Amino acid sequence: MTTTTTDHTAPATYVPAADSLGEVFAAGEPPPRPSALSSSVTFGWRAMLKIKHVPEQLFDVTVFPVIMTLMFTYLFGGALAGSTEDYLQFLLPGILVMSVVMITMYTGVGVNTDIEKGVFDRFRTLPIWRPSALVGALLGDMVRYTIASTVILVLGLILGFRPAGGFVGVLGGVALLVVFSFAFSWIWTMLGLLLRTERSVMGVSMLVLFPGTFLSNVFVDPRTMPSWLQGFVDVNPISHLVASIRGLLHGRWVSDEITWTLISAAVILAIFGTLTMRLYNRK
Amino acid sequence: MSKDTTDPAIETHALAKSFGKTRAVNGVDLTVPAGTVYGVLGPNGAGKTTAVRMLATLLRPDGGEARVFGRDVVREADAVRGRVSLTGQYASVDEDLTGTENLVLLGRLLGHRKPAARERSARLLEAFGLAEAADRQVKNYSGGMRRRIDIAASIVKTPDLLFLDEPTAGLDPRSRNQVWDIVRVIVAKGTTVMLTTQYLEEADHLASRIAVIDHGKVIAEGTPRELKSSVGAGSIQVRLRDAAQRPDAERVLARALGTSVALAADPVELTARVSGEESGSDTAEHASRALAELGRAGITVDDFSLGQPSLDEVFLALTDHTTQEEAAA
Repeated sequence: MTTTTTDHTAPATYVPAADSLGEVFAAGEPPPRPSALSSSVTFGWRAMLKIKHVPEQLFDVTVFPVIMTLMFTYLFGGALAGSTEDYLQFLLPGILVMSVVMITMYTGVGVNTDIEKGVFDRFRTLPIWRPSALVGALLGDMVRYTIASTVILVLGLILGFRPAGGFVGVLGGVALLVVFSFAFSWIWTMLGLLLRTERSVMGVSMLVLFPGTFLSNVFVDPRTMPSWLQGFVDVNPISHLVASIRGLLHGRWVSDEITWTLISAAVILAIFGTLTMRLYNRK
Repeated sequence: MSKDTTDPAIETHALAKSFGKTRAVNGVDLTVPAGTVYGVLGPNGAGKTTAVRMLATLLRPDGGEARVFGRDVVREADAVRGRVSLTGQYASVDEDLTGTENLVLLGRLLGHRKPAARERSARLLEAFGLAEAADRQVKNYSGGMRRRIDIAASIVKTPDLLFLDEPTAGLDPRSRNQVWDIVRVIVAKGTTVMLTTQYLEEADHLASRIAVIDHGKVIAEGTPRELKSSVGAGSIQVRLRDAAQRPDAERVLARALGTSVALAADPVELTARVSGEESGSDTAEHASRALAELGRAGITVDDFSLGQPSLDEVFLALTDHTTQEEAAA
């Protein structure tokens, strides 16, 4: 064959045509401004698209929780509760909280990357409800938190975790966890806007998360700790969250703990949400 | 909307912004008439981007004020946002998403329902020659395609004022011409365009007025023609066969052109500014007359070239003027 048709393989050089270009300007009536909910949901859709295109980012909500659960169950189970199966009944709600709260950190990293690439500049020039870009990103993250929770619960059930609270208790526990994590994530959006590099966001996040999650009732009963440490553990919102979820999963209605958890979530949201929006508007 | 016909697209008074000790924008007064392309010309770090970011409501000014279609960029930021669009130096679309997804996302954020957003996206991609790349992630686009998707993203809703921040930086000549053609169509449709650039040529091709910015200040403002005439229409570079003849050549050229002559590092080279309010052909005429004079004086010219004034020359000339004026004042 000497004659080949290259029409379809070689892309034609683009020549801007005044006609077709001009036509797209024939706009007509501009649509009404979208509601706060609508624009937030649109940004949530963006987060879903990003998961679709970069599925590797689901590693941290699948593999990481599996490793955490297996590691701590078999590492501490024998020593702390006599058997891994007994320990699992105590540990699983805690490790569920710890994994999901640790995953919230990636929110800050994501915000930081977005700013770096200039995408946020475009969003910030749109006439929309200002927090919607961040709220939308967090809505997407709530899906991730739900995936991580499901992974841990399924693994737990396989390993012998038996929640006395049944389906309703588990559902309530996960819902509370996701709501708390949504509020908690605003700490990271603030850091993502405040700190210059992804690396420093990671660094500071770990500095908060390690003591925040370990110095709690995730692994052991705080009554075994020295009193000064108990003092910290008692005020740590993570402890209240763990106590609430432990209660819900095991079918105990711990209204005090749930109330404290919701109050701390509201306080975190009020403080860090405000700081985040202030930084967002100033950036 | 009768207010709009009287208000300029942009009006700033003593606009200022500092970062730490650096005064990035140091008292800028500008008036941009609606319906034109306005060029903001300056080197890297002159404060162009900072000025644009303040006008696009992305940065809060430290001092002075700025109005876009009569609305204050700080107090009425939301009203300004409803009428402007920004295309930044870095393609500000989401690299991980496809062309279609990016445009549908913006369409939704601007209030279109999903079917309308999809239709709008398809038409834009078609008009910008990106239909075939519609379902590819933007990170796999070429430089020219990225710039086009970025401009397309800026006109998902037709803005009344479009900021193009260095739209052709880093593009090959063909892609650059495509961007220029797009800008011409945009302005023909009634959108005001503010274009920042480092290239005099680009401002000359597109803008009806130009402000030259340096160290955060406007050092000159006017039509491209006015600016060029203040600089000289171009320069002639001459290479001699014999370095010994250079002093003679310098004298002849200085007399023939009526300007000072610069001696290059290379001992056989000289550069002279060709003065004149005249257009390009007259510059050539001046230059050829000067070359003839050299020949008559018995000086052998090996090679010569005629150049448009570069941005460097514009700056040299303009900063020269200001220092002279300051000295005279």
